[in-house]
Amino acid sequence: MKLQFKALSENEAFARVAVAAFVSQLDPTMDELNEIKTVVSEAVTNAIIHGYDECPDGMIYIEAKIDDGIVELVIKDDGAGIPDIEKARQPLFTTKPELERSGMGFTIMENFVDEIDIKSEPGKGTVIRLRKHLSNSKTLCN
Amino acid sequence: MSLTVDMELMGNVLCIRLGGELDHHTSGNLREQINKEIEANDIRHLVFNLTELSFMDSSGLGVILGRYKQIKQLRGELVVCGLSPIVHRLFEMSGLFKIVQVEPSEQNALKRLGVA
Repeated sequence: MKLQFKALSENEAFARVAVAAFVSQLDPTMDELNEIKTVVSEAVTNAIIHGYDECPDGMIYIEAKIDDGIVELVIKDDGAGIPDIEKARQPLFTTKPELERSGMGFTIMENFVDEIDIKSEPGKGTVIRLRKHLSNSKTLCN
Repeated sequence: MSLTVDMELMGNVLCIRLGGELDHHTSGNLREQINKEIEANDIRHLVFNLTELSFMDSSGLGVILGRYKQIKQLRGELVVCGLSPIVHRLFEMSGLFKIVQVEPSEQNALKRLGVA
């Protein structure tokens, strides 16, 4: 599944609901579905606030794939990029405390998926790849 | 689904009942509404009742942390109740449980603050 939409905060709910609907075919648990919705929301919010500095002209791209019971998500923007990824991953680290950002976005993503890969370059945007095993698929594998 | 906000003033306690989805899009308006109440009334403590909240992400944590800082300056307490399992995990991850008080129900929260 591929989605692309403007970097508008109104689209945060649309993005997480669309991905959740796509993932529903794997019959995930409510917890897994909520975790997926939360990580999508975190990544899209980061793109809007940090990538595009809330400028609605930017575009956000989401690709979702299901591969052998594993959900793969790629969330991409062409925004400002992250100068220091390791710093950005630290719990409670934020460059926008004046906006009351909690600095928990990446920590939540790391906790709610099995694998996370962040590629970013200043001025060239950010690509976040996430992989999550669903419990149903684990049962089938076993 | 958007966010519904129901606020009730009980003595010096502002009880904020949230329903629906609390994310970056809805958090700005919520912050403004609470701040307006704090400015207009003699409020010392806040209760967040999250029973009807169906979704929350780190933007929600930011709003609650921000209100905690505000209410701490007034030497008040911030109490949360009605946390779903996933919201409980978000609070745990962020260390919010170290600074805000948790109660199982709104009744308990109000009792703790002496207005029930």
